[in-house]
Amino acid sequence: MLDLRSQEWLEPFLLSVGALIVALLLFGAFMMLQGIPPLELYSALYIGSFGTRISIENSLTLAAPILLAALCTLIAARVGLLVMGGEGAIVLGGLGAVLVGVALPLSSPLLGSLLCLLAGALFGGLWIAMAGGLKRVRGVNETISTLLLNYIAIAILNHLISGPIRDFSQTLKAQSWSIPSYFMMPNIPGWSVHWGILIGILVCVLLHVLLRHTTFGFSMDVVGGNNRAAQMAGLPITSIVVISCFLGGAAAGLAGAIEVVAVHGAASESLVVGFGYTGILVAFLARQKPLAVIFFALLMGGIAASGGLLQRRFDVPYAATAVLQGMIFLCVLASSALSGRILPERKSK
Amino acid sequence: MISRRNVLTGSAGLLLAGGSIFSDRVLAQGKKTTTVGFLYAATRNDYGFNQSFAVAARRIAQLPNMKLIEQERVPETAQAERAMESMIQIDGANVIVGTSFGYWPFILNLAKKYPDVLFVHGGALWKDGDPKNAIGFRGYMEEPHYLCGIAAGMMTKTGKIGFIGSKPLFFIFNNCNGFTLGARSVKPNATCQVVITGDWDNPVKEAETVNALVDQGVDVIVANVDSPKVAIETAERRGILSCGYHTDLSALAPKGFLTGAEWNWSKAGEFIESWRNGKPYPNLQRGGFSNNMVTLSAFGKSVPKEVQDAVLKAREGFVNDSFKLYKGPLKDNQGNEVLAAGREISNSDNAFKVNVKFLVEGAIGSTGLK
Amino acid sequence: MTEAGELGWWGVLFAIFAGAIRVSTPYLLVSLGETITEKSGRTNLGLEGTLVLGAMCAFATSVITGSPWLGVLAAGVAGASLGLLHALICNLPRVNDIAVGIALFLLGVGLAFYFGKPFIEPRATMLTGISLGFWSDHPAIRSGLEVNPLFFLGLLLAIFLQWSLINTKWGLYLRMAGESEDAARAVGRSVQSVRTYATVFGGFISGLGGASLSLFYPGNWNEGLSSGQGLMAIALVIFARWNPVRCFYASLLFGGASAIGPALQSVGINQGYYLINAAPYVFTLGLLIYSSSASYRLAGAPSELSLSR
Repeated sequence: MLDLRSQEWLEPFLLSVGALIVALLLFGAFMMLQGIPPLELYSALYIGSFGTRISIENSLTLAAPILLAALCTLIAARVGLLVMGGEGAIVLGGLGAVLVGVALPLSSPLLGSLLCLLAGALFGGLWIAMAGGLKRVRGVNETISTLLLNYIAIAILNHLISGPIRDFSQTLKAQSWSIPSYFMMPNIPGWSVHWGILIGILVCVLLHVLLRHTTFGFSMDVVGGNNRAAQMAGLPITSIVVISCFLGGAAAGLAGAIEVVAVHGAASESLVVGFGYTGILVAFLARQKPLAVIFFALLMGGIAASGGLLQRRFDVPYAATAVLQGMIFLCVLASSALSGRILPERKSK
Repeated sequence: MISRRNVLTGSAGLLLAGGSIFSDRVLAQGKKTTTVGFLYAATRNDYGFNQSFAVAARRIAQLPNMKLIEQERVPETAQAERAMESMIQIDGANVIVGTSFGYWPFILNLAKKYPDVLFVHGGALWKDGDPKNAIGFRGYMEEPHYLCGIAAGMMTKTGKIGFIGSKPLFFIFNNCNGFTLGARSVKPNATCQVVITGDWDNPVKEAETVNALVDQGVDVIVANVDSPKVAIETAERRGILSCGYHTDLSALAPKGFLTGAEWNWSKAGEFIESWRNGKPYPNLQRGGFSNNMVTLSAFGKSVPKEVQDAVLKAREGFVNDSFKLYKGPLKDNQGNEVLAAGREISNSDNAFKVNVKFLVEGAIGSTGLK
Repeated sequence: MTEAGELGWWGVLFAIFAGAIRVSTPYLLVSLGETITEKSGRTNLGLEGTLVLGAMCAFATSVITGSPWLGVLAAGVAGASLGLLHALICNLPRVNDIAVGIALFLLGVGLAFYFGKPFIEPRATMLTGISLGFWSDHPAIRSGLEVNPLFFLGLLLAIFLQWSLINTKWGLYLRMAGESEDAARAVGRSVQSVRTYATVFGGFISGLGGASLSLFYPGNWNEGLSSGQGLMAIALVIFARWNPVRCFYASLLFGGASAIGPALQSVGINQGYYLINAAPYVFTLGLLIYSSSASYRLAGAPSELSLSR
């Protein structure tokens, strides 16, 4: 039994890691063509991601929102939907955190932070749940609708921060009112890293339990695997899809709320930096396994973090990291073709 | 691009040969080399805001014992703080120049943590109590916009000029007011159509805006967006005149370019020199033509002598501070009196300018500021 | 109409109309490319990357060679290469075409920004517009009706594709591959090779959309050039029901919606511009909600298409 399980996760893991190595080699070759020696490149990638304490802090800070945004795509994928709305849910989550944080007449820092985070999750959740509902009720393609919702969310954010909820005392940047400073989440003691990464890991573990050990998690997989089977089993498909979308959106919304509560204290265009799109990549890398998301989010955070050092050392355009990410993504997808062929089939059943 | 690139890769190779990550820092101190790290929010060769800083960075790099490192596309998030810290710890940067407004809170955090490092920010947000190793500086761009306005007012045939703004921020509206006031100082019934695109960088919308303005009879524009390249090229294609912003854009519109408002960020070089030689330096520096914080682009070929003379004469007024941009009688575009006759606002009255929430008479549009 | 040169409220309508033509070309070309790809039963969601890479290649080629039409060709070739990559990876078993699209979106944009950096500053020779304003002596109307040659190319292509989908052998194979893999196999056609051709062709056409952005309107290369036009065009395909001529109408509608904001602001209507500028997105979503249905498959939707399942 235990063996079977290890095979279930070991093969996808090996495939992803293998694909990763191939992508890194390809990237090395790509940069070598520009005259950058591979060893220096890999050393800079390492130093810039996990090679020094400051780099580790950088990577962890970046990994937190990427991790939560990945869950947005991942949870919906479990019920067979391809959601690309992490970016919009992050924005809505940030807005939710600000609106509640500003309105709350609370003096308890911990409760205040928590309620801001919950509000962010709620806003993000409802935003993506909308796409799930539209899919079920009107058959609107969720990939397209969530992409559109990203642009709409950004327009709502910009509209609100340029007038209705604008803090006019901030003169050089359009941003919203700030939440009270005592609602701001502190760093992990001894580190220049906020709690976001630990919250994200906790959410992944909870999700792992939900997906694997609950009836709801099982019914999600049934819906995702085969709608007709789910129908015959009498599962409430619409509710399951909408709730799953809600959970996914809530994770991304939480990412936005954490950016507000731990970094900015207010909502602004700084919420829109592409974490949602990197999250999609991580969800695919992790092959829909929440625990694998932790590993790959850290990895992508590391790559993003090392981008700065690549620029400074080799004077390459910042897009070098996007090229690397694209290569990794393609290699991982292509490696799916090998699934089921790496580890020997178990004959004893 | 190519040649500079080779130079930089060369020095990068040297760094790596050093091996240990802290060796560069020791090396830097031993030779008293100052390593300056520039952070940009977008690409530095954008013919716009970032380029205006990149030009300054290259001037600063030519000072003796100065080494330049640069990082682009640094968002205004915790990533900015990490990037600066990474420059300090891994590359041994002694001076950090943050070019984007939103870097300021992160600069404050780090200035406390690294008292030996100088932090320079293009935003003039420093206030009493902030760390002494942080500097904020910024030019009054409404002054060169006034001069652009004079050129525009003298050159417009329809009496309609256009101002394209990116974000609804006070300095954008000050620039707009300067541009309008300048035009109306030479053509009292000129009007200035104001369009806010809402984005720092959205080429299609900027081009669309220029086209819509031309359709409304506007024949001179200035664009206060991150990179005015598209707006100016579109204006040139539609056969109207344009003024520049941020950096020298005259090459973009050989026919229609009048002149432009430019920052002079290379002032940072002076601060860095004073700081490393232990001399006093300002923590907060604002200013216009009078202290060389802003400059005017060279005139385009189509600008007649009398227009050039009028503009240069007005410039003298700012240089010797005999001319005030905001002076009574001044009405806003709602007809309300802003300044009674005889009242003058000092050109260095930052508090007044930060609180500009109105557009002057003749500007068509609204700020939306409260 | 108080002063010479002013078009007033007519100017607003004119700006929206002229804007529809100006802005619509990339939407048109990308949606045509995607229609062909999707008709074969594959979705290429990476056309935003194709568009951006096409724009960069077109601009760079025009800068280097001085010939904008060589640039257009380069854009097509770049798009076709990304299409080929998409097709080859999707031909492998168990590979999700939508995910490959997202990956190519990332890679295309990454490569374009990487190699496009030295080309942000230079100026390129632009495509010359085709003048349709000869009937008017109003300068604004004349210069506003300098129409993108690629717009006409797109229009002709839309009509041609519409016709050939129905009337040619290749159109039949294409539709067969999209409708039923078994039927296509039954007539001895390799579904994979049909889809490969369709994706490469779709990539080529979409790449031309990029050339329209960088060599005509707005006629520039920088990193903010495409604000999601490639993604929106894919939504347009669904709205246009996989019909090339309807793609043309949909693109015009969309281009017009994008021109509303600047046109209104140019006459001093300044309220809520962020919301007005989001009009194309809200509009597309509204149309999708209105025109989709949960109970039946959309008319025209290829049944092998994962996107429409």
